Amino acid sequence: MKEIKITTPLNDNIIKKLNAGDRVYITGTIYTARDAAHKRMVDSLKNSESLPFDINNSIIYYVGPCPPKPGHVIGSAGPTTSYRMDDYTPILLKAGLKGMIGKGNRSKEVIDSIIKYNCVYFAAIGGAGALISNCIKSSEIIAYEDLGTEAIRKLYVEDLPVIVAIDSKGNNLYDINIRNK
Amino acid sequence: MRKINVSEIIDKVKEMCIKANYELGEDVLKKLQSAKDKEQSPIGKDILDKLIWNANISKDKQMPMCQDTGMAVFFVEIGQDIYIEGGNLTEAINEGVRRGYKEGFLRKSVVNDPIIRENTMDNTPAIIHYDLVEGDRLKISFAPKGFGSENMSGLKMLKPSDGIEGIKKFVLDVVKNAGANPCPPIVVGVGIGGTMEKACILAKKALFRKIGEFNPIKHIEKLEKELLDEINKTGIGPQGLGGDVTALSVNIEVFPTHIAGLPVAVNINCHAARHMEVEL
Repeated sequence: MKEIKITTPLNDNIIKKLNAGDRVYITGTIYTARDAAHKRMVDSLKNSESLPFDINNSIIYYVGPCPPKPGHVIGSAGPTTSYRMDDYTPILLKAGLKGMIGKGNRSKEVIDSIIKYNCVYFAAIGGAGALISNCIKSSEIIAYEDLGTEAIRKLYVEDLPVIVAIDSKGNNLYDINIRNK
Repeated sequence: MRKINVSEIIDKVKEMCIKANYELGEDVLKKLQSAKDKEQSPIGKDILDKLIWNANISKDKQMPMCQDTGMAVFFVEIGQDIYIEGGNLTEAINEGVRRGYKEGFLRKSVVNDPIIRENTMDNTPAIIHYDLVEGDRLKISFAPKGFGSENMSGLKMLKPSDGIEGIKKFVLDVVKNAGANPCPPIVVGVGIGGTMEKACILAKKALFRKIGEFNPIKHIEKLEKELLDEINKTGIGPQGLGGDVTALSVNIEVFPTHIAGLPVAVNINCHAARHMEVEL
């Protein structure tokens, strides 16, 4: 199990070096989006409208954080379950998205797109929302504020701990580890 | 007849919403610790260690342990000799939720209409199950229920001939199908018997039981232990990344049923198995 530090934006060289099972610490800008924001983004793409942020080489974190207490950047902010985004994900990967952070396995269509567009899927620890919030140094709502916790936020993170769950070759930690048991 | 004013209920519910989300119960924490000692997979052990660490941070900093602070679920036992004054009980519970989720900086995760889906922005309405009991006490049990695990639940109307093997197979199927999604190690609530909706409510109620307590009926306790063993043999492990600890507990509640039926409901809870109760 390797430990690797990476900075955003992603690129093909970084992604090539990441293998399922690697522990990765991410530093840089990432964007939050979950169910409702995905629906809106994909609707925008279908209508040839622009997205609220530059999706090329970006990472989306599937999270709906708690509101910050006064003086804090953000509240608890762990990953939500990823499969609910599966219908939308291939469209976003085609549009230039390179990385996703969530929890749980993905559909065959998503894994095929991860391979096709040379992308990576990271797992963060579900339910470790207080721990993860320590890594988030700034947070700003940039779109869909009416969605409340589901609004798109631009986050700056330092050493956000994740595990490579599905790498660009299609190796899938969810399958490998349970099969080896 | 004992009188209870709704203002007392509002305050108590507000406190419960906040405390249940900030402080993981000792029963769950203790079980996570023993799970960590038992876990052989290095990734699994590391994850369990981080979950214990996370629970400590949330308690110290007084912040939610998980960002999914849930839909607010209540079981309320009302003594029939109580008179609620000053307003409506359901409205009082909802007002407590409204205040708790706002003042505790908890996430508002409820949408008003399941199709239109506009966030109600105050986490109401709560889901409330009432039971009328003897006496003059009001017992309020609360669990903030996250939907990563709720979504992985299931119901099956088995045939009586399916028997205990059928029950085991269905529970295991639900757990295997859930995989990593409900944030293992999970707590598995099982409701057996009654009607369709009764089985589901029993499964939910089972999740309110303290970890480490078993069903008082001996053959049900045996089934709880056998199922826990079998679930932990699946290899799903912490966060579904492989390991020895997939579930912390299997809690089963049963109820009489019809000669033609064997309803079985499985309600899954994540490792942040938050629940607490107060008596007024």
